[in-house]
Amino acid sequence: MKDTEIKRLLSAHIVCVFSIILTTVVPPLFLENFSVLGTHLIWLCICSICVTTVNIILYIILKPNPSSKRISFAHKVTKFLKCCVFFFISCILFHGIIVLYGAPLIELVLETFLFAVLLSTFTTLHCLCMLGPNIQAWIRVFSKNGAMSIWDNSLQITTMCSIVGAWLGAFPIPLDWDRPWQIWPISCSLGATFGYVAGLIIAPLWIYWNRKQLTYKSR
Amino acid sequence: MQRWPVLLFLAWACFLFFSGIGLFTSGFLLMRIELTNRSSCSDPLAAPAWAGQGLAPGACWMPQRVPKAVLLIIDALAFEFARFDPAKARPRPYENKLGFLHQLAGSQPRHARLYRFRADPPTTTMQRIKGLTTGSLPTFIDVGSNFASYAIEEDNLLGQLVQNGRRVVFMGDDTWDGLFPQKFFRSYFFPSFNVKDLHTVDDGILQHLYPTVDGGEWDLLIAHFLGVDHCGHKHGPDHPEMAKKLAQMNEMLRSLVDHLGSDTLLLVAGDHGMTETGDHGGDSEKEVNAALFVYSKTPLFGAHRPEEPETIPQVNLVPTLALLLGVPIPYSNIGEVMAELFSGDGGDASAALRQLSAYRLNARQVDRFLHSYSLAAQDLPAERLRHLRELFSAALEEHDRLLAHVQEGLPASPELEARLRRLVGRFQRYLREARAVCMESWARFHPLRMVAGCALIAASCLLCYVASELAAALDFPYRSRLLYPLLWGLAVAAVLGLGQLLTREGPDLVLVSAWAAAASQLAFFWPSWGRRPRRAHLAGGQPPAASAGLWQRLRAWQGPALPMGLLFLRCCAMFSDSFVVAEARVAPFLLASLATLLVGKLHWRGRLTAPEAPKQPPGAAFYQKESWQLLGLLAVLLACLRLSGLFHQCREEIPRCQPSPCLAPLSSLQSTQAKNLFYLLCVASLAGLVCAVRRWLRHYGNLNSASPLVLFVRWAFPLLAVWIACYWAVTSGAEDTLGKLQELVQVALVGFPRAVYGLASLGLLLALWTPVTVFVKDSRESVGPIVTPYQGAPSSQAELLHVIPQIYRRMQESLKSQLDRGHRRATVAAYGLGSVYSAALVIVLTVLGFLLLILHSERMSLSFLLLFLEAFVLLRIHACVVSLAGDAGDLPVRRNGPPFVVPWYAVTAWVFAATQFFYSTGHQPTFPAIHWNAAFVGFQQGHSTHLLPAVLVGANTFASHILFAVGCPLLLLWPFVCEAPNSQRRKLKKELREELQEEEEPMMEMRLRESPERFSAALLQLGLKYLFVLGAQLLACVWAAMILRRHLMVWKVFAPKFLFEALGFMVSSICLLLGIFLVMRVDYAVSAWFERLQPR
Repeated sequence: MKDTEIKRLLSAHIVCVFSIILTTVVPPLFLENFSVLGTHLIWLCICSICVTTVNIILYIILKPNPSSKRISFAHKVTKFLKCCVFFFISCILFHGIIVLYGAPLIELVLETFLFAVLLSTFTTLHCLCMLGPNIQAWIRVFSKNGAMSIWDNSLQITTMCSIVGAWLGAFPIPLDWDRPWQIWPISCSLGATFGYVAGLIIAPLWIYWNRKQLTYKSR
Repeated sequence: MQRWPVLLFLAWACFLFFSGIGLFTSGFLLMRIELTNRSSCSDPLAAPAWAGQGLAPGACWMPQRVPKAVLLIIDALAFEFARFDPAKARPRPYENKLGFLHQLAGSQPRHARLYRFRADPPTTTMQRIKGLTTGSLPTFIDVGSNFASYAIEEDNLLGQLVQNGRRVVFMGDDTWDGLFPQKFFRSYFFPSFNVKDLHTVDDGILQHLYPTVDGGEWDLLIAHFLGVDHCGHKHGPDHPEMAKKLAQMNEMLRSLVDHLGSDTLLLVAGDHGMTETGDHGGDSEKEVNAALFVYSKTPLFGAHRPEEPETIPQVNLVPTLALLLGVPIPYSNIGEVMAELFSGDGGDASAALRQLSAYRLNARQVDRFLHSYSLAAQDLPAERLRHLRELFSAALEEHDRLLAHVQEGLPASPELEARLRRLVGRFQRYLREARAVCMESWARFHPLRMVAGCALIAASCLLCYVASELAAALDFPYRSRLLYPLLWGLAVAAVLGLGQLLTREGPDLVLVSAWAAAASQLAFFWPSWGRRPRRAHLAGGQPPAASAGLWQRLRAWQGPALPMGLLFLRCCAMFSDSFVVAEARVAPFLLASLATLLVGKLHWRGRLTAPEAPKQPPGAAFYQKESWQLLGLLAVLLACLRLSGLFHQCREEIPRCQPSPCLAPLSSLQSTQAKNLFYLLCVASLAGLVCAVRRWLRHYGNLNSASPLVLFVRWAFPLLAVWIACYWAVTSGAEDTLGKLQELVQVALVGFPRAVYGLASLGLLLALWTPVTVFVKDSRESVGPIVTPYQGAPSSQAELLHVIPQIYRRMQESLKSQLDRGHRRATVAAYGLGSVYSAALVIVLTVLGFLLLILHSERMSLSFLLLFLEAFVLLRIHACVVSLAGDAGDLPVRRNGPPFVVPWYAVTAWVFAATQFFYSTGHQPTFPAIHWNAAFVGFQQGHSTHLLPAVLVGANTFASHILFAVGCPLLLLWPFVCEAPNSQRRKLKKELREELQEEEEPMMEMRLRESPERFSAALLQLGLKYLFVLGAQLLACVWAAMILRRHLMVWKVFAPKFLFEALGFMVSSICLLLGIFLVMRVDYAVSAWFERLQPR
């Protein structure tokens, strides 16, 4: 049971990683002058959209947290709308936090906001897919003994890796190397992306190594 | 409670750090040796007479070319000020104002020329005057003596002139009086101290200038104008006032030239430039770029005229002026003559010959200086010196050959001219290389001392860490860890000091203290060296294996891993110049990360969520009320961090950086509306501070008693605020509009700050004298007689009238007390006892805050308000985290209140906040960024000593270090203060569960008093932890300065950073001692208070 779950997790994650790689490789075929560093904002949009769609498709296919109840269509619609609102709020929250951490307040608002959207895609979107718009469940998952399935574990790992990656991405900004990727928010968004990819890869491995220790409370 | 041992231990730890800093500094910042040799006319350097060029009888070394010269020094005349660009359509206030210079240079190109005049850093006026007269380079460390001028010992231009019987007349800046006492034939000095005063010096000079020039009783006339510099300091260059000042200078030059004779040389020079904020002192391009303008009514220059003004180093003025005036070049000069001033009229060949003889003299003088310098000191690398020597002798040989050639009387040919030119080039090359060698070497290091200093500081850090671990145990071995090391240190110091006294003239204080520190450290570490095996033995007695022990140790490290990791990051950042430059943004980033991670960790461990209630659906978790409070506090902290970024000063390394507008004084604002608005904001922030502190004190009941300190808080706090507001009103008002009130304004400018100083010091003294702010209500029965005896005549009626009311009142009282007894026994109610320690600290901090606030510019009061708010929020977060983290613990922890240990994260956050507010109070670790104005708050006329201005400027610079260090004990106290609501909550919960428990009063800070041993140990531990965190940063700085001492940026970034960090460490550690001393003083007073209470 567990091994098959881990395999499903692994395959889902590999699809995610590939989708991110594709966002850097495919657009140059269609768009002129596209490069991740040069036209960073476009890449940010493409990457966010791509990861979002892939995540949603994966969620629909895999159904990690299948619920036994049958849910009416109206309920589904309200849930979806709620998810959208949550996502938007999380974008704004991330934007605020990033500004509080020292990002420029007035200049480069678009850049900062797109970076916030990217971060939300890597973190909030996952939570929304896995747990739905349910804050209590989120609070529960992000605590020491809160994970109830390997999906929850992978959620913890990818989210933390993305945020740590973004945090580490801020470090090269003050250096006087004059590289194009040191411009706000490129280093941070690249850091977040690398962190996310690392999290996607680490999560199945970590779960595999620790599969003996991982025991989940029954629901 | 052990009070003195704790203080002594901390003082000793501070001393260890200080001795390390001293040792390192003595190895890192070496000074140039000043030679006292003097040049004289009889020196054999003088050139052999050229054919047909005998020396005039009065002149020496070279024939005098100009009999008289006027040297006008316009302080801070940057090159941009002097340049005139007619194409500029809309010049800024400082541009295109000296049109007369442009007019002269345009109409008489052979008479006038403008140069870029490059000053050698440090660009402070006194250093520049030294450079302009001795022709030498002042070294880095000389900056410190800016406030007091010392007479120049080295050979200098003025000395040479006086020696040769010339008359030097001076008018202007009185710094020259200190530098050249009794050198002037006549002098008119005007005070230079008051940077706010734009006109006194200039008007004084203008009054005397023209009569003196017309009188003709002078050979060199020096006039030093200060208005432009003071205008820069007060308003910045971009201000209409600057335009007025420069226009005044222009008019002065125009009429001066009319008064000049045809044989007089006019030199107009700036001693340094200024930054965009009007400051100077560093080595940025803008500060270094001054202007030099040369003019004479007889033609000076050749026909050739450069397109762009030439750049010449400032020291070049010295040999040039000396040779032009016909006096010897000062002995230690390393400047190079300005060749084109020696060409004069005549053919090209004769001009080149004259230049050549000037160069030869110059080169011989520099060679002689280098030779005697290398004998006196070994700083200059021998290899380079040999190379220079070779260059010099080769050029000299060539010169002699040529000389013979010329003396043979050969006609001037193009080939000869080319040879002459080449030779001039060789001399030039020699002179420039010599200058470069000197510049490089006068920043030489003493590696052994540096390494030893580093090691001492590192060992002191380790000592602090080990001792703070030891202090966790209750019985700190003061005897073996304090007394013996101290004795050892004293013994070593005594032996070394005596030894040095016998062998040399005076003991080297730095070395003696370093050896003493090392010896005492060894004595400290000795017991732990011996004890380790025993401890291992003890541990071995327990069943778990070694691996389990390791695991345990790792687990124990988990707590401090987070703050230590961030501290490590911060220390690493010291090694990169970019990060040092960007530190103003790095410190808040790290602090924000620390706080967020702390809360995140609490969440991860499930401490924020409420324990699962039965009603709750499974798989969901709710936050407790306190957790929401914690999150709110975190948001406020982040907002504070971000807002504090609005007050940053700029470093020149960051391009396109705009310094915060709040740094400028209000008087520099031009719109009255904005001025009023900001003024109201500043006053509101003052009022807010006073109200907040008073509210806090009232909340905890510390504002009720009638002790002098409480009265001070009640009455003197608003008074202080009002005085400061009045002072701001006076300073920010436009000076010119007041007219008749000028005298009153002067009195107010001095009176208000001094009154604030006085009252604040009174407050600090009161806090030390009677620090207890407890209001006592005694409800115990008085033991006195029931009825006071009646003194009057024993007539029954009157006696009854006297006695009956008393009996009635007495009955009433006893009845009341009997009724009360049903509830509780008669007690002494003391209000504010639970926060008596923190109340004293808060009061002292506020008073200090007022003191420091008045030293800053008006709008910095907003930043101070932020500082207090952030400190408060940090303390609240700390208290919240302590209570939440302790919540899950078992019952004994709950009943005993918060732990006596201040965790590492709190200490680290506190130090980070101190660093952050160093930047947010408008400072940067560079010399131009120092707020020199602070020295004149309340002392408009300048100072007679230099201790007081140093203290004022130091207090201004390290304001946040002072406040946070004094407030450090609050980290220990605050969780106890915040205990009250928590225990009530617990009480409620307890009552729900079991009602057996006796009613429990919040103990708050009295818990500390209950276990005095643990209290003193906790204070010691807190102090040591604070010293450790500060010391780790200092160590990183020292290390960076040592490793990167050949880095391009060492004098610009690392050395100033090291100096500021070291000074900040000293200020912080001393203030930390004061804060802990204050807590102990309160403890003593509270003990005395309890004793007084008992016998009643």
